[in-house]
Amino acid sequence: MSTEREAIFSRIRGALAPLHERAPLPQYDAEISVMRGMIAGRDLAELLAERMKRVGSIALTDVAALVAHLREGKWLRGYVDPALWPGLAPHFGADFTVEQTFDRTRVDDYAFGITRASGAIAESGTIILNDATTSRRLGSLAPWVHVAVVERATIFSDVTQAVAALGDDRNVVWCTGPSKTADVEGILIEGVHGPGVQIALIV
Amino acid sequence: MRFQQIDQFAAELKADTRASVYQSTKTTHEKRTKLLFDQFTDPNRLREIAGEIKQHAIENLDTYLPQVEAKLQAAGAQVHWASTAESACETVLRIMRARGATKMVKAKTMVSEEIELAHFLEKHGCEALETDLGEFIIQIDHDHPSHIVRPIIHKNRREIAQSFEREGLGAYNDDPGTITRRARHFLRHKYLAADVGLTGANFVSAESGRMVIVTNEGNSRFCLAATKCHIALIGIEKIVPRDRDLGLLLNLLGRSGTAQDLTVYTEFIGGPKSAAQPDGPEEMHVIFVDNGRTEVLASDCRDILRCIRCGACLNVCPVYRQASGHAYRSVYPGPVGAVLSPLLAGEKFPSLADLPKASSLCGACHEVCPVNIPIPDLLLRLRNKAKEEGVPSPGTPPMGAWALLATQPTVWKASLFGGKLMNHLPTKMIPVPALQAWADKRELPRWRGGEFRKWMKERKSRAGL
Repeated sequence: MSTEREAIFSRIRGALAPLHERAPLPQYDAEISVMRGMIAGRDLAELLAERMKRVGSIALTDVAALVAHLREGKWLRGYVDPALWPGLAPHFGADFTVEQTFDRTRVDDYAFGITRASGAIAESGTIILNDATTSRRLGSLAPWVHVAVVERATIFSDVTQAVAALGDDRNVVWCTGPSKTADVEGILIEGVHGPGVQIALIV
Repeated sequence: MRFQQIDQFAAELKADTRASVYQSTKTTHEKRTKLLFDQFTDPNRLREIAGEIKQHAIENLDTYLPQVEAKLQAAGAQVHWASTAESACETVLRIMRARGATKMVKAKTMVSEEIELAHFLEKHGCEALETDLGEFIIQIDHDHPSHIVRPIIHKNRREIAQSFEREGLGAYNDDPGTITRRARHFLRHKYLAADVGLTGANFVSAESGRMVIVTNEGNSRFCLAATKCHIALIGIEKIVPRDRDLGLLLNLLGRSGTAQDLTVYTEFIGGPKSAAQPDGPEEMHVIFVDNGRTEVLASDCRDILRCIRCGACLNVCPVYRQASGHAYRSVYPGPVGAVLSPLLAGEKFPSLADLPKASSLCGACHEVCPVNIPIPDLLLRLRNKAKEEGVPSPGTPPMGAWALLATQPTVWKASLFGGKLMNHLPTKMIPVPALQAWADKRELPRWRGGEFRKWMKERKSRAGL
């Protein structure tokens, strides 16, 4: 094992030795890849909603609208992060079946999953999940509808800012729209492995 | 053989495949251009900086790779090194055997194609299931991908529906939505039953050791939510120096590849799952693969190691659009493949030496490359390498007569005069097969040889020289 490591490093050193000088690391203003013109002066929650729509996601700002949306789609059974349920329960009617644990042997039973997002990115219409905030990776992925609860104060304006704030969580996932493919004849189909409907509930 | 192999493939391509490859690459390319130029004031500057970042990274791999290794180990991941395809495959198998694992779900990784991992594991009694929809279809058809980001760009829905029917995934139905839904239901149970999830990585930051994996389907995320062991197979050139560089590169990757601001799932993975998270791998292995990359690093074509596998050069390439991916007979098609594949082929370089010649050097690939790789220059260097190594070049007319003409002024002048005969001689009578093939559908312009010399002479005499 270590001999392979040594062999690779020795070849790398050999390959780089003849270079008189190595390419310098460019210093650049991270602003250059920010769509500042679009962001400047905007309310971030509004911009997020607008940009989410563009990538096929839905942004909602009140729980009643969420419940109505789920009911309309006949998505009546799902998983909810136990930390969120006390706040949400009063809005959900008796026609809903909600579980606060996710049983992976019954993965198809969950039509929706509601979990917390650690943030969002307005510029790209992205919600951010991580291990510390998202109660179950599967609960945010396997159901047809994923609802991410986004706190207003956690919305980043742009991708560059969100990268700077990655922190030390070992699993950070940006979701920009529902799961999608265009593999078959270039035709866009949503809901390949992950959610076909991606919702942010901005609170 | 009259043609180069790539021409042979292109000539035999079905007309409807050619039409669909042409159409979808053209559409993606046009959307990409519109997006970049609508959103950024100077997208070319972004490409230049991204290129400088990656060039710096590959020229400092001796510094950055040990940094990444230390970061990953500190986060609880095990790091392995593989010089060759065989050793990479064996490392994966060893990890699986140590866990008593037999079932793997794979997210799309080009390196795993390169080392033919799925075949290897199947031979050793393990299942290695592709989960990207396109790659899954390639796998059940025992086919090969023909595009870096659109593996089944060469297939139509009817062929796919037939394959699904054959594999017992439901009665014939060629609706793309139904095809996708059937794959969803079949694959999710495979993820949940699998022991190991295998992914590649698009970038690895030396600063934090964090790897970035992008997908649109969410298959990589599912691999890392359902399985208990994550194996990441990563080419040694995937390093970027700092986390902040990821922002710029991600902004370019999605836009260049599929004309999206960002791909749907962008995962930043820094180690095994945290203790409080119920889902995901407790064990993580990172295998850094060389498989010819250090040779590329030692060559005058090292710039190709900047490549971030977005596929923009395929989409814009007039040759790729006509030939499609299988004509490149290797894992990496298109302009990037025409450079990378012959280089990675090692001793088998001569068998792919026709690829760098299949280019008019129009430069479109260089113009769209998000990391600004001067692909036409590299193609020329590889043509030179083939010439120096004496690789035969079937179909190329002998250049000896041309060389004689071009080096002897008297012969040249005589030939210019003789060229006037071309205006009276049917092209068909000129015994050069390449010219005949060309002139079959076209007419030569009238011969005007000698006009420049005449103009120059008059100019000089007017100036009193």
